Amino acid sequence: MGEPLAGGGTRPGGDGRTIVETSGHAIRTPVIAASAVLPGLGHVIEGRRAQGLLLMAAWIATLAIALKSWQRIVAIPGTGSADDWLAILTLAAMLVGTCMAGTAGLVRGQRRAAGSSRFASEWRRFRRSRTAMAGLGVIVVLYALMLLTPLIAPFGPAERVGDLVRVRLLPPSAAHWLGTDRLGRDVLSRILYGARISLTIGFIATAISISVGTTLGAVAGYAGGRIDALLMRFTDLVLAFPRLILLIMIVALFGQSVVVIVLVLGLTQWPSTTRIVRGDVLSLREREFIQAARALGFRPARVLFCHIIPNVLGPVIVAATLGVGNTIVLEAGLSFLGLGPPPPTPTWGAMVEGGRDIMISSWWVATFPGLAIVIVVLAFNLAGDGLRDALDPRLR
Amino acid sequence: MTAYIGRRVLGTVPLLIGIATLIFVVLHFAPGDPGAMLFGPNVPPAIIEQSRHAWGLDQPLWVQYLKWIGALFTGDFGWSLFQGRPVSQVVLDALPPTLALTFSALALVFAAGVLIGVYQGVRQHSAGDNALSVLVLFFYSMPSFWLGMMLALIFAQKASQWGWPVALPASGTTSVDYDLLSAGGRILDRLRHLVLPVTTLTLALTAGVARYTRGQMLEVVRQDYIRTARAKGLPERTVILNHALRNSLIPVITLLGLYLPFLFSGAVFVEYIFAWPGMGRVIVTAISQRDYPVIMATSFIFACLVILGNLLADVLYAWADPRIRHG
Repeated sequence: MGEPLAGGGTRPGGDGRTIVETSGHAIRTPVIAASAVLPGLGHVIEGRRAQGLLLMAAWIATLAIALKSWQRIVAIPGTGSADDWLAILTLAAMLVGTCMAGTAGLVRGQRRAAGSSRFASEWRRFRRSRTAMAGLGVIVVLYALMLLTPLIAPFGPAERVGDLVRVRLLPPSAAHWLGTDRLGRDVLSRILYGARISLTIGFIATAISISVGTTLGAVAGYAGGRIDALLMRFTDLVLAFPRLILLIMIVALFGQSVVVIVLVLGLTQWPSTTRIVRGDVLSLREREFIQAARALGFRPARVLFCHIIPNVLGPVIVAATLGVGNTIVLEAGLSFLGLGPPPPTPTWGAMVEGGRDIMISSWWVATFPGLAIVIVVLAFNLAGDGLRDALDPRLR
Repeated sequence: MTAYIGRRVLGTVPLLIGIATLIFVVLHFAPGDPGAMLFGPNVPPAIIEQSRHAWGLDQPLWVQYLKWIGALFTGDFGWSLFQGRPVSQVVLDALPPTLALTFSALALVFAAGVLIGVYQGVRQHSAGDNALSVLVLFFYSMPSFWLGMMLALIFAQKASQWGWPVALPASGTTSVDYDLLSAGGRILDRLRHLVLPVTTLTLALTAGVARYTRGQMLEVVRQDYIRTARAKGLPERTVILNHALRNSLIPVITLLGLYLPFLFSGAVFVEYIFAWPGMGRVIVTAISQRDYPVIMATSFIFACLVILGNLLADVLYAWADPRIRHG
């Protein structure tokens, strides 16, 4: 189905849905031009309403942020830090990206929808789950917000917003959407800045655990014999130890810097991945294409990394997605117990702890950071769930 | 069966020794000295040296290690550095509240999880299935400490403000007037104190069991013998409860063992929030004080409970599924 589309009408799509076909490029040009000004307009005209409205919303939100924070943006070239530059770049990328998505999606959209590669079919199945798509959407928005924080946060992370006696523990209002804490700091701004800690730690720690877990599992499964037995006994040992207690022990005893926390979170999460990967590798090892690779005389490392590991990535991606959520909860837990990155670094867990003894009088101090954790983690869990369904060959 | 159990029990011994070694290594390579922690910075080094000697911390590492491994067999973990009583006493006091909390939660988690999972498995893709999926994941995504605080706020503090008939206690295991209550009143009082902590743990952990049961049900109901059962004209109820459920529940047993680490991790936070005098509180306090004997003993006992749980799950599994023990 590679040819350019000619003529109008509808036809059944590759996956049984009906695809609306539009007439040739000549007539579509004005629509595409309109979409460059207001991305999503063309999608709506062509009947893909949900996508179109989403694009429009993204475009309008990006523009709104750019206009609202115009003064900050102008000030950045003189005084900006790396964070500020990153925020500007993100904003620019979002502006260009939405415009391009608006037009490119129209030109190539239908051919892509009819694609039948493995990735395309998996993506289609992922998209069918609304909750998974919602999770993915929230994740994208959150990472964008994280990068844009210097532009959109109303106040600094450790900034007292006024005279302490006047501004401490203010309830949510128009000036402070989520209220202020006992040091007169804006809760919303601190949550936004705290997102950087949580999302970054979650991401890096998971990257570590997934790399370690996949490598160990693949080696154990492929090598077999004594190496397998040894590695798996070690895995059992780490699994048998309640992870939180190991974490508390190491962080409390070895110091609570961000580096230690990331390393410890990453290096205690791998056993579950190792088990999954090992199981898959055990069955892959006997498959013909692996035997063929071996018969061709490839070195074991090449067989392992070029032929086996790419084929176990499905479950690994699922484990990684769920792992990020898990890691964020654990990091919050450590911060809650006072074992997170030291103050005044804003972390969600520490913010919850900071509002614990004033729950009755000032509920907002602890409630909103906790809610932020729930939203982020729920998004990762929903996306992970959708991925599991999309990538599971048994449910195909 | 006996041979199988024997093999599995023997297999845990190296695991236990490995864990004991891990604990020892982590603690003894950590910077920071308990003497300095106990006495503060303004104490002459001689006194700190003396206390190190009294605690046996000045002996060669291998002597300390052998003593520690020996202690595992005698149960004599020495004295707490800060509480002035034997570690075994500390553990014995803290273990019952933790077990009461975790096992009540465990029972509820499996009861609720299996019910929800079976319902979802039978009604795949229905509105109820989707709603329940999101609901259990929602609670699963909550940090247990935050969930606990929210429940305490609503059902303990606000409930009495709002004049609800049931305001639940959110701290400790008994009320202040516990000693004045009648026998029945005492049991009721203890149960009331269990409600919020157990609910917190249950809500946070039900998702895993529910999802796993759902997956099992989905797989089982697609199998041939279920079609046969239906074709024989059996009522749907019998097909689900007698044929499908039984076989889907067998793998759920293994979750029992895998769940214990999560349960104990959750208990640490729940005990912290609800001032529950259990192992979780003991270990958090001990770590902040660097009370080495207490840290070592409590973390070892946590690990033992996990291994015991896994062992039990394996044995149950073998009992329910003959392929395992003969395989």
